[in-house]
Parts: sequence; structure tokens; C-alpha cells
Amino acid sequence: MAYGYGGAELLSDISLKLSPGSFHFLTGPSGSGKTTFLKLCYGALTATSGEVRLFGQDVRTMNRDDHALTRRRIGVVHQDCQFLDHLPIADNIMLPLNVSGRDDLEDVANLKELMGWVGLGKRGDAYPPTLSGGERQRAALARAVIMSPDVVLADEPTGNVDWEMSQRLLQLLIELNRMGKTIMIATHDMNLIRAAKNNVQARVLRIANRKLQLAGADL
Amino acid sequence: MSKVVDHLKGVFSGDAQADRVVPPSGFTARLTSFAAATMAFLTVFALALSMASGRLAMKWGDELTHSSTLRISAPAGQMADQTAAALRLLETTPGVATARALTSDEQRALLEPWFGPDLPIDALPVPQLIEIQETDEGYDAAGLRLRLQAEVPGAVLDDHTRWRKPLQQAAGRLRMLGWVSILLIGATTATMITLAANAALAANAQVISVLRLVGARDDYIAQAFVRRFTLRALAGAAIGTAAGLIAVMILPAAQEKGGFLTGLGFQGMGWFWPLLIPPLAAIVAFFATRAAARRALSELT
Repeated sequence: MAYGYGGAELLSDISLKLSPGSFHFLTGPSGSGKTTFLKLCYGALTATSGEVRLFGQDVRTMNRDDHALTRRRIGVVHQDCQFLDHLPIADNIMLPLNVSGRDDLEDVANLKELMGWVGLGKRGDAYPPTLSGGERQRAALARAVIMSPDVVLADEPTGNVDWEMSQRLLQLLIELNRMGKTIMIATHDMNLIRAAKNNVQARVLRIANRKLQLAGADL
Repeated sequence: MSKVVDHLKGVFSGDAQADRVVPPSGFTARLTSFAAATMAFLTVFALALSMASGRLAMKWGDELTHSSTLRISAPAGQMADQTAAALRLLETTPGVATARALTSDEQRALLEPWFGPDLPIDALPVPQLIEIQETDEGYDAAGLRLRLQAEVPGAVLDDHTRWRKPLQQAAGRLRMLGWVSILLIGATTATMITLAANAALAANAQVISVLRLVGARDDYIAQAFVRRFTLRALAGAAIGTAAGLIAVMILPAAQEKGGFLTGLGFQGMGWFWPLLIPPLAAIVAFFATRAAARRALSELT
């Protein structure tokens, strides 16, 4: 699989299969294509050559509704988290449930627990523009996992939060992984990767020179 | 088609949550409602015009087809004799249902608009008019003229044809103009709502991309916009229609003497038609917004 913008290839000869229940870190220098790679993983971009399959289905054959249904199974945390600015953050975190027609009482209880876990328990009524960068990232992570998706893709989820909070977020992702979810985290933070390796069987992928490599265990 | 019906149902049953995902936009909302109200107001008048001219064409057609006038100009001394002769002749003419000489009071009433009241009609050489009502088969106008020429030399028969044709034609054209106006108003409503919906979709690009990211289907997103614009158009058109109906009601009532213009309005079942304007505006808004939303969404990733 390869991807390029305007003729120049950013990623080439990439071949990877994420097995269900795996835990991956994605590292690489800035601009190496980590975000692009994640977008290819959830179908926001289509590979310029080769084939990407999501849950066994070729991205090229998917229509817009197929994409929507796929995204309900993939929780995504962007680097620049976007919300519906006119709704309180609690409603924003519930949004994936609402758009898929699932908002029963059990989920409301989950929401409280989840918001407490990401340290937003008392901020539920705040509007997204009033949140700090770290709070937004935590809210975005909560929104990505509320549907209990099969796969979580996170782009620098700990970029703006302190070490203690990044440990909590990592813990959340590790718990999800133990429940059988597939996790992929793009990060620069080697300390985070080391911390994770103590708790979970994590693999580290590295993008360098347009190639995706499996990094050694010697981090 | 059943999909459209489902959507229409969704528009009215609603999903409070889906409504909230699109931020409230006070100003555009008011503009859309205002445009719908104005268009509905105009539609009421175009409808009133169409129906009034339709009624008029029918009335003129009916009244004039089955009636004609005989005018007798004779010296004062012979007037009574000639009138009696003409009436006798008409009574024996096949196709004439009734023939009646107008009384001098009636003749004065006919002249009053031109000469004012208190006209001393007996002192003037005014011709005597005879009103003829035809049967459905009608009479042979040429034959009657020949017989009149022989027996009542001062009589002139007017069977109204030369008045009726152009008037009926004019009324028919006026009615068509009314319907064309209604069609144009409908098309303009669709245009304005499409523009407003496009503006709303463009202004909410971030909302749409967030919704797509969390797995919302296009139908869900479109529905939020469609519902909003449909309800705005419905409310606006209801207000405009009500205002238009009130305006039509306070127009001077139709009068015998007022002629065509004061007859502008609705009669009987005619009052039912304007009530269709708000639902039709809502249907126009529904399809215009749905088309705009689908086009806009299909261009996004």
C-alpha cells in the first residue's frame, strides 16, 4: 500500500495487518506521515496504490454509509480535536451514541464513569471552547472510546497533558486493550512507550524514509 | 418513494437530539421564514386573482351566452306599438325562453352611472330595451334579424357575441397569468431555500466533519438540516398565508356596481385552496434542502 500527495509519495511499500487485540505504538519524526497513516487506517484517505481493508472490506468499494458504519467501530482521537462547540462537553462525548441511535440509560452511567476517569467529571456542562488543550484531548479520547469500538486510533493523545494524566489515559487504553480492543497510538513520547511496555504486550512501529518498520525491542 | 415518506415522517416526528447537533442560527432562520412568509402572501393574491378571473370568465360566459338584447328606436308615438309587435314576434320565435321589455325605472338605473340619478327619462328619446333569455339550444340570430326587419323596422338585435369573446379571452389570460405567477413564486421559494440551506451547510462544515468522524450517516446529518428548513418554511408560509387571507378579507366586498376589481377574493370552497400553501411550501423546502444537503455532503470526505 502506498500514499502520496500531488505526485510525491509520502508512504510507500507499506504492508501491515493489525490483528484484533493488538497494541501498537506508531513513532517517527514530525512530518513522516504518522497522521496520514492513521487516516489511511480509518478510511479518511484512500491509498493511491495498493489496497486497504477495514474489517475485511476494501476501502475502495465502500460507500459513504459503509464509512459511517465503519467509523462506529473505530474510535479516533485527532491531534486537533474538534467538537460541536454549541453543545456541552458531556453531549459531545455522547455524540457517537446519539448519531448511531444508541443512548440508553446504561450508556449514561458509562458516560459518568468515563468522564470521571479522564478527569472531566466536574466539567460536563462546560462548552468545548472553554476547555484547555489537555481537557479537549481527554474529552476526545472519551468520545473515541464511549462506543466501546473494536479499534482505537489515537494521534498524540498525551501531547498536552501532564505525566500523571498521560498515565491515566494510557491506563484507560490498556484496559480497553485487555478487553480485546485493538489500539494504535501515534506518539513522540518514548517515556510513554516505555511505561506502556511494562504493562502490555506493545509493538512499536516506526515510520522512517517513507517506510514502516517494526522497531526493535531496545527502546 | 417510501424512503421519502419515511423522511417526511422523520421531519415531523423529529429527533430532539438530531436537531441539537446543528447549532441554532437565529438570523438565517428568520430570513428563511421571512422569505417563505412573503412568498406565501404573494401566492394568496395570485390565487385570489386566478380564482376571481376564473369566476368572472364563467359568469360572463354563462350570462352572456344565454341572453341578448333587442333595442327599439322609434318615434315616441310608435314606440309602444313596435315594442308590442317585437314582443309578439319573439314569443313565437323558437329558442327564445322569455322576452321582457325593461321598465323605465330599470332603464333609468342602467343610465344612472353616466347621467346621475333623477334623469327625466320619459322626456328623452331613449330607445326601449327588450331583454331576451334564450333556451339552451338558442335561436337563429340571422333568421330573427330578417323577421324583425320586416315587422319591426326600428329594432336592432344584439346577441353579445362581440363583447363576450374578448372578455372571456381576457379573463382566461388573467387566470393563466395567476397560475404562472404561482409557479414562479414556488420556484423562487425553492431557490431561496436552496441558497439558505447551502449557506447553512457551508457555515457548519466543522459540525459536519465532526459528525462524520463519529460515524454519523449522511441521512442523519441531512435530516437535521432538512427538518429545520422545512419547519421554518412551514411556519413562515403559515404566517404569510394568514396575513394574505386577512388582506383579502378586508378588501371591499364584491358589489353589483363595482365590477371586476372588487370581486377579487375567495368564495365558498375557494377559501380551502390557500390553506394548501403552507404544506406546499414545506414540501418545496423539504426537497430543496434535501437536494442541497446531499450535494454538499457528497463533496465532503
